[in-house]
Amino acid sequence: MSETIKKFLYVNRKAPYGTIYALESLEVVLIGAAFDQDVSLAFVDDGVFQIAKGQKTADIGMKNFSPTYSALGDYEVTKIYVEKESLEERGLTPDNLLHLTYEDEDDDYAEKDSIRFVSRAELSDIMDQQDVVLSF
Amino acid sequence: MAMLHTVNKSPSERNTLDSCLSHAKDGSSVLLFEDGIYAVVRGSAAAGRLKEASGISLYALGPDLKARGIGDDQLVEGVTVVDYDGFVDLVTRHENVQSWL
Repeated sequence: MSETIKKFLYVNRKAPYGTIYALESLEVVLIGAAFDQDVSLAFVDDGVFQIAKGQKTADIGMKNFSPTYSALGDYEVTKIYVEKESLEERGLTPDNLLHLTYEDEDDDYAEKDSIRFVSRAELSDIMDQQDVVLSF
Repeated sequence: MAMLHTVNKSPSERNTLDSCLSHAKDGSSVLLFEDGIYAVVRGSAAAGRLKEASGISLYALGPDLKARGIGDDQLVEGVTVVDYDGFVDLVTRHENVQSWL
C-alpha cells in the first residue's frame, strides 16, 4: 500500500438544483474522503449557492442535500474555501451561508469553523498548491 | 396584449436574462424560475440590471426561491412572488409566452 497522501481540491462552480453537478460533486467528495487524502473544497461563482442556509425543497419535489455539507467535518474534510468576490457579486454575505464546523482532534476536539473566506487571488494560490484539482 | 417571458438560467452563468431583458418590451412580464431566481437577490450584479428594466413586470417562482434558501428579506423591490398556480395564471393572462433557455 502506498502511503502517499495527495492534496485534492474539489472546485464547485454550479448552483445546486438546476443541474446535477453539485450533488455529483458532493458524492465524489464523500467517496474520496474514505481514502485518507488531504481534501479541500472550494465554492466559487454560482457554487456559493450550494451552501446557502435555509434551503427547503419540498415544493419542487427534489431532495435537499444541503444538510450533508454539515457532515463533511465528520469525514475529516475541514478546509472549505469560499471566494469572497463570488459571494459579493451575488448579493450574499457569510450570514447567508450554512455554519460548517469540525472537531479538531489535535485540540481536545474543540469545535472549529470549516469555512475560510478567501479572495480570488488567495484561491488562485490554493489551486496552485494542489496535486489534483477536480472541477464541477 | 403583452408577452410573458420566462427565464430559468442563473444570471451569472448564462447571458439568458440579459438577452431576455434587452428584447422584452415595456408592458411585458418576466417570470424567473429554477436557477433564474438568483437574479432577484438584492445587492447582486443581476439585480442591478433588473432595476433598469423599469417598464417590465417582474415575477419569481416562490417554490424555487424557497428551495434555494433565498428568503423574502433578500429580494429586490418590485418583484412579485408567485406559486405554481400563479405561474399558470400568468400564462393565461398573457397573449404569448417566450421561454428563454
